[in-house]
Amino acid sequence: MNPAIQISGLSKHYGELQALQSVDLSIAPGELFGLIGPDGAGKTSLIRILATLLLPTEGTASVLGKDVVKHYRFIRRNMGYMPGRFSLYYDLSVEENISLFATIFGTTLQENYELVREIYSQIEPFKDRKAGALSGGMKQKLALSCALIHRPKVLFLDEPTTGVDAVSRREFWGMLQNLKAHGITILVSTPYMDEAGLCDRIALIQKGNILAVDSPGGIVSQFERPLYAVRAADKYHLLKSLRSYPYAHSAFSFGDSIHYTDQRGAFAPESLLTYLEGQGVKDAQIEPIQAGVEDCFMALMQRHETSH
Amino acid sequence: MKPPIEVNSLTRRFGSFVAVDNISFAVERGEIFGFLGANGAGKTTAIRMLCGLLAPSAGRAYVAGYDVKKQADQVKRHIGYMSQRFSLYQDLTVRENIHFYGGIYGLSPKALQAKTTQMLEELDLESSSHTLIRDLPLGWKQKLAFSVAILHDPQIVFLDEPTGGVDPITRRQFWDLIYEAAHRGVTVFVTTHYMDEAEYCDRVSIMVDGRIEALDTPAALKKAYGAGSMDEVFVQLARPAGKTAK
Repeated sequence: MNPAIQISGLSKHYGELQALQSVDLSIAPGELFGLIGPDGAGKTSLIRILATLLLPTEGTASVLGKDVVKHYRFIRRNMGYMPGRFSLYYDLSVEENISLFATIFGTTLQENYELVREIYSQIEPFKDRKAGALSGGMKQKLALSCALIHRPKVLFLDEPTTGVDAVSRREFWGMLQNLKAHGITILVSTPYMDEAGLCDRIALIQKGNILAVDSPGGIVSQFERPLYAVRAADKYHLLKSLRSYPYAHSAFSFGDSIHYTDQRGAFAPESLLTYLEGQGVKDAQIEPIQAGVEDCFMALMQRHETSH
Repeated sequence: MKPPIEVNSLTRRFGSFVAVDNISFAVERGEIFGFLGANGAGKTTAIRMLCGLLAPSAGRAYVAGYDVKKQADQVKRHIGYMSQRFSLYQDLTVRENIHFYGGIYGLSPKALQAKTTQMLEELDLESSSHTLIRDLPLGWKQKLAFSVAILHDPQIVFLDEPTGGVDPITRRQFWDLIYEAAHRGVTVFVTTHYMDEAEYCDRVSIMVDGRIEALDTPAALKKAYGAGSMDEVFVQLARPAGKTAK
């Protein structure tokens, strides 16, 4: 099957700034693909090039088999795009926003109601309210409804969950799973590493470079060192003590524990516990754990920075 | 001595809508206090009142020993504040930013000079003092933004989503700064959407529909709600609020 999105040697420069550096990526039809990285990683540049809103400096990209530069008209008719800042008209009502987007694409809400029903029905009770007066979560639902109104084959979502609370984020990902069931190819970017696990495949991106592309499971299986979670009541003291340990490779806070890797790889935890006790951390506990996507991202970031 | 933050039955109404509904709590010196809640729960309104930017409709709050309603100007002078991402001016140099904020906080030229030298040394930015902020790496910008927010040695600093969109390593380096400041006795009042960061706080409050639904240490909250992580606690508490559409 031909890929829904194909990217080869794609670069984007803004003056001296290299926003994207020779990116290669292939996304299959129907995939829910996550572009995971912090601000300034190049996520928005990449999505805007694919959405035919920005010209690449070098390289090529195609969406649904069509070149993003030559065939932008075709792509625009067949894609849905939700930019980082919502593309809504704040002084129009909910219903007027939907009608406007439907009219632009030569369709109506009724014609495609079944696709947007699950999302739109949640804001329909407020259809006379001005979009500017909606809460963040509701704006997000309206923007997604507008991006879907013409039944796009591919959907670009640029940081739809940034600044959104943990509960609304979960709901939003639930909606994406349902859209995937309709066969829509979805490319979604996010700075939240914990959302990576909800994608079929992900690309980790930092400073214009793709650090890794794989399924979330594939990414975490590539974590190279045994990883340990260390806990103690005084986390700040524990963190400082771990970092001062001569064999420490990395020590990062992770929720209620500190994730630790050792220069020796696997090692006898007793030696570390003895050291910590000497440092005044008497209640430390250590256990081996599985790495997550965020552990991998940090390890890849550090490796990338030391190799450049 | 009064605690750095003392809130009694604080309420704010906008017309018939009650954005903050009778909240009470206190924050101790040197404490890292996580102020959580879903979008629209009333966090921003509450923070604006605590910073002296918005008058309460009812109730009382003392911040740094001053009444937020009657002594709003004193409150503003005695707190540090850093909003989402950076409050620094991108087109000014490191030194110019420090001087600008020093001037705003009313430091004497002599004190400002000493503070600038000390800060540049501590942050290892001496050789970059004439660099424009926009040319600084992300991690340094954040360190500087935080240091500038506490330039005038406030007892308390408010951090409103300071780590949004920041890479995972820089995010953790930022928390190192928070820990260090708290260790020196600075009280830290912080909001975040990263639930792992909620675990870094000494105590956490969770706002739902204008009220504080839960307030305790992360460990106690997890125990009380039978949850494995703060994320689960948050979802259990905030889920019903998410259902009532606003």
